[in-house]
Amino acid sequence: MAYLSKSPWILHYDASSCNGCDIEILACLTPRYDVERFGIINTGNPKHADILVITGGVNEQNRSVIQNLYDQMPHPKVVVGVGICACTGGIFKECYNIAGGVGEILPVDVWVPGCAARPEQIIDGIVKALGILEQKRADMSRAEAGA
Amino acid sequence: MNTILTAIAFLILAPVIGVLVTGVDRIITARMQGRVGPPVLQPFLDIAKLFEKERVGVWQAPAVLIFLHLAFMVVTGLIFFGGGDLLLAIFALTLSEVFLVLAAYSTRSPYAHVGAGRELIQLIAVEPVIILTAVGFYEVTGSFAASDIMNFSGLPVILLPGIFISVVCILTFKLRKSPFDLSTSHHAHQELVKGVMTEFSGSTLGMVEIAHLYEIVILLGLVYLFFVGNPILGVLAIIIVYFLEMLADNSTSRVKWLPALRGAWIITLILGGGNIIALSLL
Ligand code: SF4
Repeated sequence: MAYLSKSPWILHYDASSCNGCDIEILACLTPRYDVERFGIINTGNPKHADILVITGGVNEQNRSVIQNLYDQMPHPKVVVGVGICACTGGIFKECYNIAGGVGEILPVDVWVPGCAARPEQIIDGIVKALGILEQKRADMSRAEAGA
Repeated sequence: MNTILTAIAFLILAPVIGVLVTGVDRIITARMQGRVGPPVLQPFLDIAKLFEKERVGVWQAPAVLIFLHLAFMVVTGLIFFGGGDLLLAIFALTLSEVFLVLAAYSTRSPYAHVGAGRELIQLIAVEPVIILTAVGFYEVTGSFAASDIMNFSGLPVILLPGIFISVVCILTFKLRKSPFDLSTSHHAHQELVKGVMTEFSGSTLGMVEIAHLYEIVILLGLVYLFFVGNPILGVLAIIIVYFLEMLADNSTSRVKWLPALRGAWIITLILGGGNIIALSLL
């Protein structure tokens, strides 16, 4: 009974990315990559999402927004950081308003490096995240059974 | 006896048919966009997944109201396919919609409230056509009972062409397809995000999806009624009508609520009303 990894819905949030990584994520939806083949849907609604995909370094203004989005997603959920900026802050790291990578505020499960990350890499990252998602679901149902 | 069998068949088969229809819909939509598309059973996988997820909600009311939405959708189908009164089925269908709207209002989220408001507007837009449909069938067959209409030997569509076209138009509202997907959208992920469904998650959202599967079968059953004397023509009509809905979905973008409401009412008045008046003059 593992339907979760067959129907992963994605919430994509741009945390002060230069838009380079974002268009690569959207490229995954185009006919060339067509991630809907794997049941992946870009939902834009945290309550429906299973995977939170974040691009760009986190800035001081959207810190609380990202935390809020993460908190609104129902369990089980995973976080994927896409692009060097999401990993460390990248070329924006030294800016006065940048908090750093997404890891500063959220438990990130998969890192997808690259500037910009290529669609193939992003898909690889999501597929890796699916394994972790499945693991989390198993842990969750075990915890429920034990409780 | 026969009608009880069809009612039971509806209860069991409708979700299966609904999954197949929406699955094929998603594949053909993808092909229209030059993509491959998900597997046919993807809608089933989606719903099964939703029941594996945690349900986030501050309080129980939305989940209870959504359950009533699903329950009355099933009741609608049982009345309709069980050969009951067409007007009663329409009433149950409206009640089911009202529970969905109430559930969205009870979540106290501004996005859900906007979605709920739009859902109500849609209800107002489509309701006249649905009632005129029942009136039209009464004029043709002399009965409001679905069983009598199902035993009718002619083709009601010959006498009800105007009403048939209006039903095809409002089907776009009911199947939640653009240009009339005001209260919820499958594709565009900005603006309202999911309208009425914004606040539902996990099994609650799953119940909404299951109710929609039942609704699709009921609506396609309504299309079939127009061709009731000839089953092959009926099935063909369902396929063509559904294909037209997909084509409209992929080639139009969403309209605002006022043109949608006006459009639906003008079509209802001219085609539906004109059809009824012509019938009564005959
Ligand atoms: S990693 Fe490169 S492309 Fe991606 S957001 Fe940062 S600067 Fe832009």
